[in-house]
Amino acid sequence: MVDLSVDLGGGHRLPNPLMTASGCAANGKELHRFFDVSDLGAFVTKSVMADPRSGRGTPRMAETPSGMLNSIGLQGPGIEAFVDEDLPWLQSVGARVLPSIAGSSSTEYAHVAATLRASRAFDAVVGVEVNISCPNVANRGLVFACDPMASAKVIALVREQLPRDVPVFAKLSPDVTDITAIAAACVKAGADGLTMINTLLGMVIDTDRMRPQLGGVTGGLSGPGIRPVAVRAIWQVRQAMFEGRIPTVPIIGVGGVRTGRDALEMVAAGASAIQVGTVVFNDPSAPVRVLRELCELLEAKGYDHFTDAVAVAHGR
Amino acid sequence: MTGPVTGPVTGPVTGPVTERGLRARVTQEVAEVIATRRVGAYQHITLVAPGVAELARPGQFVALAVGGESSGTLLRRSFSIHKVSPSGTYGGTVEIVVSAVGAGTRWIVDRAPHDTIDVVGPLGKAFPLPTDPVACVLVGGGYGSAPLFWLAGELRERGCHVEMVLGAASEDRLFGVVEARRSCDGVTVTTDDGSAGQQGWVSDVLPDIIDRTKAGVVYGCGPMGMLESITRVADDHGAVAQVAVEESMACGIGVCMTCVMPVVGSDGRTRMVRSCVEGPVFRGDRVRWDAFDGGHARVPDDAVGAPKVGGH
Ligand SMILES: Cc1cc2nc3c(=O)[nH]c(=O)nc-3n(C[C@H](O)[C@H](O)[C@H](O)COP(=O)(O)OP(=O)(O)OC[C@H]3O[C@@H](n4cnc5c(N)ncnc54)[C@H](O)[C@@H]3O)c2cc1C
Ligand SMILES: Cc1cc2nc3c(=O)[nH]c(=O)nc-3n(C[C@H](O)[C@H](O)[C@H](O)COP(=O)(O)O)c2cc1C
Ligand code: FES
Repeated sequence: MVDLSVDLGGGHRLPNPLMTASGCAANGKELHRFFDVSDLGAFVTKSVMADPRSGRGTPRMAETPSGMLNSIGLQGPGIEAFVDEDLPWLQSVGARVLPSIAGSSSTEYAHVAATLRASRAFDAVVGVEVNISCPNVANRGLVFACDPMASAKVIALVREQLPRDVPVFAKLSPDVTDITAIAAACVKAGADGLTMINTLLGMVIDTDRMRPQLGGVTGGLSGPGIRPVAVRAIWQVRQAMFEGRIPTVPIIGVGGVRTGRDALEMVAAGASAIQVGTVVFNDPSAPVRVLRELCELLEAKGYDHFTDAVAVAHGR
Repeated sequence: MTGPVTGPVTGPVTGPVTERGLRARVTQEVAEVIATRRVGAYQHITLVAPGVAELARPGQFVALAVGGESSGTLLRRSFSIHKVSPSGTYGGTVEIVVSAVGAGTRWIVDRAPHDTIDVVGPLGKAFPLPTDPVACVLVGGGYGSAPLFWLAGELRERGCHVEMVLGAASEDRLFGVVEARRSCDGVTVTTDDGSAGQQGWVSDVLPDIIDRTKAGVVYGCGPMGMLESITRVADDHGAVAQVAVEESMACGIGVCMTCVMPVVGSDGRTRMVRSCVEGPVFRGDRVRWDAFDGGHARVPDDAVGAPKVGGH
């Protein structure tokens, strides 16, 4: 039997490396009808902001080859409702939770983190993922994750709000010229780990109406079609860590994972944990299936410990 | 895809048992097609899906994966459940009526007997049934009539007088006229081109039927424009409308937030709610029809969390 456990920082040893991806699993109740969400290494919740948000109008999705575009607009109940209802529910079923937080200013991120910390269910939190792929209102809507300074500021402010034993993960966008520069800025600002990747910006035009198909015009591209981009991003950042350009921190891999093989590919590139997002829409129990398949593959390859497979493709 | 164990799990997935001992109300199963036949413009497909058949109620839907295990088409296609037979000869079966409009639905209608399709269901909320034996009018547009015969049976079992209105663009796009005559107390047919029944729209004939039967509830399933007019007519004639909507859905199980539409809650406030879990059946007068344009919904300015002027 392969030892699947992994330590992503803060002394929270997770029983396995499989997670949901933010925004692809809601806040747990829906998927709990298909599998026990406490079987996951951690449950990643939908990015939550300070106030309730309606999100955008419809259509909010367009199907693409091996994936989809989404333009949800971070619809959600706001952090107060999240800590009053969603987090306690996840705690009640024994889930380890990696809440994802978002904001439109660095102070909003800090406020959301502080409210989270004050929650009576904070014990269930094994880390906080910071979705920095949000428009920064103070900088004409430029996405934080595209600007090393803005990313660093958000991470530093969030880090200050949370106890040391709760690791902070910066979730990076692949839509940048050099992802290692953003990764370095986040780690230097106090990120204890990195999640890679968020969606890629894309667009579909409906040729019947000759108009953009999405209500929000552009949207985030996800699904198996983007997997090579995720593998590349993880590889580059891990390489920079080996070269000493970035301090070594754990990477959570996400982007198009459909099978245990796909998860193993990301692990070999440098990921210490894996999130399954869009593929849940195809197969609601995909996260636990991928875990089972990954375990079988590791066993077949003769690994005793999952962590021994991390970054092996670098050949070091 | 070259992975070792690709594709969804086989066999019914029964979710975890909670502290209250409740079983999951949804299953995922690999269903065998046991019958498929052409009915006018549609394909009527019978699937062996005992888990779904056991749990489903009229108005709920199933989500079918398309293209097989390694398909590049990830998103499931949703279909109203036309009929279930929990203890048929083949084990429980579920029937759907499919209109081939694009690549996904074409793949589904091309399945032959003994092929398999991965099914998730039952999904969404069912049609609410009246507690008293009031008269009901059931209105189906095109394949939208599919879930109404089963509903008609349940209503008549409760002693309700049930009339049905079937409307479509043309005769080949009507579904279930013969079955309607068998399962209802009265049937009216309309077509846009007059190729069957009365020429016109369902909303032309609906007022008289509500008045004549003193109907308390009008159930509707069909295109959004039709559901809006059914709601208006029902309101004007003292009946409650219960409508089953059709929104683009990426997941069908409540996790993605793509299928939202503006609906007024019991507190009087409008929210963008998920039609896959809070619907597909809504009380017609709760839907913010004013926010729809060409089938697409805007966020009304007074909705909870609506963007404020100058951004969020
Ligand atoms: C609750 C519900 C019940 C439905 N019941 C039936 C039924 O009983 N019979 C039937 O024939 N059809 C039904 N539909 C519509 C059916 O799901 C779509 O026609 C189908 O998804 C189209 O897929 P496609 O690949 O052929 O078309 P494409 O246009 O190639 O699909 C592209 C994408 O858009 C989505 N999409 C396109 N049209 C629709 C639509 N009208 N509604 C929702 N999503 C759409 C698809 O799911 C897919 O993701 C229902 C839809 C919903 C939401
Ligand atoms: C419908 C949808 C909603 C998403 N919402 C969020 C979100 O709220 N926060 C976030 O950090 N990422 C969000 N994502 C991105 C995913 O978490 C993930 O990074 C991305 O989709 C790539 O992984 P995948 O291909 O496995 O889906 C969303 C993706 C989708 C498809
Ligand atoms: S279709 Fe995903 S939430 Fe409704």
